[in-house]
Amino acid sequence: MENVGQSIRKIDGMAIAMGKPVYTEDLAMPNALVVKILRSPHAFAKITSIDISKAESLEGVECILTFKDVPNARFTLAGQSYPEPSPYDRLILDQIVRYVGDEVAIIAAVDEKTALLAMKRIKVEYEVMEPVLDFEQAVGHPSVVHPEEDLSCNFEIGLQKENNITSSSHEEVGDVDEEFKRCAVVVEDVYYPQAQAHTMMETYRAFTYLDHAGRLIAVSSTQVPFHIKRQLARALQIPASKIRVIKPRIGGGFGGKQTGAGDVFAGLVTLKTGKPAMIIYDRKETFSATTSRHAMRLKVKLGADQEGFIRAIDMQVLSDTGAYGEHAPTVLGCVGHYTLPLYNKTRAVRFDGKAVYTNKMPAGAFRGYGATQGTFALESTVNMLAEQLKMDPTEIRLKNISKVGETFLTGPGVMLGSSSLDRCIAKGKELIGWEEKFPRREVGYNKVRAVGMAITMQGSGIANIGTASAEIRLNDDGNFTLLTGATDMGTGCDTILSQMAAEILEVPMEKIIVHAGDTDTSPYDPGSYASSTTYVAGGAVVKAAEELKNKILAQSAAILGVAPQDVEFDGLAVRTLSGDQEISFAKLAELTILGTGKLQLVGYATQGCEVSPPPYIAGFAEVEVDRETGKVDLIDYVAVIDCGTVINPNLARIQAEGGIAQGIGMALYEQVRYDEIGKMATNSFMQYKIPSRKDVGKVRIAFEESYEPTGPFGAKSIGEVVANTPPPAISHAIYNAVGVRENHLPITPEKVFLGMQKL
Amino acid sequence: MFTILDLVQPDNLAEAYQILSDKRNNTILGGCAFLKMGKKRINTGVDLTKLKLNYIQETDGFIEIGAMTSLRDIETHPLLTEHYNGVLPQSLRDIIGVQFRNGVTVGASVYSKYGFSDLITALLSLDTEVELFKAGRMPLADFLSKPKEKDLLVRLWIKKTKRQASYLSFRNSASDYAVLNVAVSMLNNRWTIAVGARPSKAAIAISASALLSLEGATSETIEEAAKRTSEELSFGTNTRGTATYRKALCRALVKRGIMEVLACKSN
Amino acid sequence: MQIELTINDKAVKWEVANDEFLADTLRSHGFLSVKKACDTSCCGLCTVWMDGKSMLSCSVLSLRAHGKKITTIEGLPKEAEEFAQILSAEGAEQCGFCSPGFIMSVLAMKNELVNPTEEEIIHYLTGNLCRCTGYMGQLRAIKIYLGVA
Repeated sequence: MENVGQSIRKIDGMAIAMGKPVYTEDLAMPNALVVKILRSPHAFAKITSIDISKAESLEGVECILTFKDVPNARFTLAGQSYPEPSPYDRLILDQIVRYVGDEVAIIAAVDEKTALLAMKRIKVEYEVMEPVLDFEQAVGHPSVVHPEEDLSCNFEIGLQKENNITSSSHEEVGDVDEEFKRCAVVVEDVYYPQAQAHTMMETYRAFTYLDHAGRLIAVSSTQVPFHIKRQLARALQIPASKIRVIKPRIGGGFGGKQTGAGDVFAGLVTLKTGKPAMIIYDRKETFSATTSRHAMRLKVKLGADQEGFIRAIDMQVLSDTGAYGEHAPTVLGCVGHYTLPLYNKTRAVRFDGKAVYTNKMPAGAFRGYGATQGTFALESTVNMLAEQLKMDPTEIRLKNISKVGETFLTGPGVMLGSSSLDRCIAKGKELIGWEEKFPRREVGYNKVRAVGMAITMQGSGIANIGTASAEIRLNDDGNFTLLTGATDMGTGCDTILSQMAAEILEVPMEKIIVHAGDTDTSPYDPGSYASSTTYVAGGAVVKAAEELKNKILAQSAAILGVAPQDVEFDGLAVRTLSGDQEISFAKLAELTILGTGKLQLVGYATQGCEVSPPPYIAGFAEVEVDRETGKVDLIDYVAVIDCGTVINPNLARIQAEGGIAQGIGMALYEQVRYDEIGKMATNSFMQYKIPSRKDVGKVRIAFEESYEPTGPFGAKSIGEVVANTPPPAISHAIYNAVGVRENHLPITPEKVFLGMQKL
Repeated sequence: MFTILDLVQPDNLAEAYQILSDKRNNTILGGCAFLKMGKKRINTGVDLTKLKLNYIQETDGFIEIGAMTSLRDIETHPLLTEHYNGVLPQSLRDIIGVQFRNGVTVGASVYSKYGFSDLITALLSLDTEVELFKAGRMPLADFLSKPKEKDLLVRLWIKKTKRQASYLSFRNSASDYAVLNVAVSMLNNRWTIAVGARPSKAAIAISASALLSLEGATSETIEEAAKRTSEELSFGTNTRGTATYRKALCRALVKRGIMEVLACKSN
Repeated sequence: MQIELTINDKAVKWEVANDEFLADTLRSHGFLSVKKACDTSCCGLCTVWMDGKSMLSCSVLSLRAHGKKITTIEGLPKEAEEFAQILSAEGAEQCGFCSPGFIMSVLAMKNELVNPTEEEIIHYLTGNLCRCTGYMGQLRAIKIYLGVA
């Protein structure tokens, strides 16, 4: 193939690398009002009075808005397809503030200095209430985080607000307790994956203005322009037809920008003042007043027979969704959905989970979306099981993993269409040097090296919900325009979708113009999340391109006076099979679009997905542990990936390396922490340490391609699955090195040290 | 929000000191990397740019470092890479990044007496004196223990000797603040062990240093000195580590530091 | 207060506030390659050169640029593009937001270090954070650029 499978550079690569002005802030009007947010200093309080008079009178202050000035319609900031499963539990500004950082007032002024000065002059009195800070104490806590009557859900998600339960989930196949009794070996443990911050380099930001028709235009750094449009319509109580959301280049998202942030505040200011408004979250706000990964407690129990077949799995999950329920039910569900199908020799499986409200920053979508937490717990337990069974950890996987054509207990009837996981495991073993290195080697004074491993899966799109549309036009000049709602956030989907279109249309990439991420002109796409874009939007592009190709062939044949089956594509033209006649795309465009043709050729397709085929990874870590200090150095990390057909190897590799690095951060360094009054203690890069280039060691990626029959060119997803293996694989390696099994992430040197003291 | 109402660039130290003393919230501007993170409202910012305090030179048996010298200049200057086994450059290398160290000044770093300071611990293991405009010249240890008074750090004086030294820090991740740092040095069999980021500011382990100096470095005395250091100094708890862990780290790092110094000696 | 400086080889006179930082001054004058991402002097995105040395422009008071030669990526179209081409061919710009500051550091490193080892490269660039790439692709690009692959 000319385009698909090639490491074609990103079409926007040079512009963004060279610092061209293509991001949200660069595009904002210079006269836009600066919007700042006064935030709650209390974890849980009721505003008893708010005096804005001294702030309002300041010269340069345009407006100050409080809970008295906002529409009374609860909504969710979760960027999900309508009807959203997340509860409608927030107002733009509420009289009750539910975490330190919750919004109290919106200030718009001519410049930042004025806005900040005005903020200082707002006098607020609070009735402070007892906060719910420990998520394990949330159920039955005397404080109720959401007492309001008008909280609502689109679905029955098991919400019990008086108990601080946001959502509940229960799934059971077979008799789990009975099955455990029959097992030769049963192991169980409890895991605490932490809240993790996305820390995309471009913080949350948006600017809004009214266009010539009086419509609200929001230029937003978002992964979900269509969802932001719907959110704005509901929150601001204006018709969706009055809103347009434009997504420019995005400085990273990682799921964070699947949840709305400042759009509603800037939008409200523009509606109230009629003026352009710009909101930029600083790093502290990004850390402390947006979302993080859900912290969880997971209890996992596994039973296996004498031969090492896993027969029963029980998983009990408690998820901390913080002050608002964005993504609470779905992340909870994905803990099981993206882990339990890994192993299908089971006879009974049970999943039981609750997400609870607490008075902390909300959790939200984050690359991996529950699978990351679930993988840490399940895979760590599988490693325990292997040890109990005296089996090699790679062998127990090979014995138990689901294979092509098979089904699994919790997904009756859904057959696995593609997997090369067995090859991934074999290849990973070879690359890391498993045979020589497992489990450990002494390497000098007080230093020991060891290896560990884990496997993982994710989905590709959301089965029966995910959808994407794409349109490709033959333009009047013989070039093509690809219109897509897919949202490139640096990941390169504008490029890979063009690659797919170019492949089908048999034209060079530069003949294809991509226009994306504009709700006025793009066909509907939910956005870039749920590992959807390559698989779902890619599927739509393939279909649309095929449709256009057929139209071009038919139209050309008609013009050339031959049957459609007698013509083929050749370069930038269609010619007869006999080779004696041809018509260029430019000529065809001229004859169809211009003059009397009256027929612009367009391919249009909507792709739904009935299944969500899993990509797989086998991850292997080699660590060196200092026995005197507990220091862990990651020496080598190998990830072997089955994402089906690799559409663009370099872009896929970078995605994988970046996701692994985030997983390494989760395993060893990163943690969102709060102090005793619920204030975030990790609100800067000085206190929240993402891996620097010295911290990631060596990360090596290999692909073991499979062919997914339902995917475009056989492709599956890669965006999220890459985040999942480092916590369990690194934890396993540390255990193999020094015998410390640390289930509270991140595994800091002090925890390893204390663990060694206790041995 | 960080604000500077007025800004002056005095031509001499006396003038700078005068302005500094005029008002409580008049402040010397170092590299500003730390200053800007605060919400400090500075009345008059005193910028020492015109005082030519950005230099490293050898004077009368001392290495003299001007207050406005950047950490990066210390890191790369031959006088400092070639003396004391490059202990000062070694102490600076893990502080954020090159562009940060190009901006941060030695004067602000030492004057602030930050507990987490890497540089102070290393300087403390050397024969370092601090020259203040008003209080004059004094050993670094005295400066660290004296109560904070408004003064102007002009330069550092480090006695140029054949002192062998080593610096070790323990960090939870590579560019984080140290959980603990240790500098060990030896000249004519007289040892100095300094420990910082306890998390309070660096201090010399006097008893442990004396033990090594008196009894020489043998495997037993090294163990004993490491143990004694961890006992004679106090340790605290913060988000980066508990007191107990710091104490254990101290013992391990001091031992390694002594061994490193012995290893340079034999080279 | 007015400062006189050279920006990308062009002499300019700019009015700046006492507590204004160079990154903001540069952005307000249209040098939009300069990005800010941390507010705490530790991410490296705002890296520019002052008299040839890489500096965090978010932490340099603008008036300290008086009499200095400031260089942003806009001032090094040829050199920067040579490396950006390699970086992009690896796919290692990803979201691109950290790229201009990173490239300024890489070019400073090339001027400062002769035949750096892999360890020296990693050490020199530690002050440039990136959340997308995991750094491996950046390292591959640098090795190709320096001819040490």
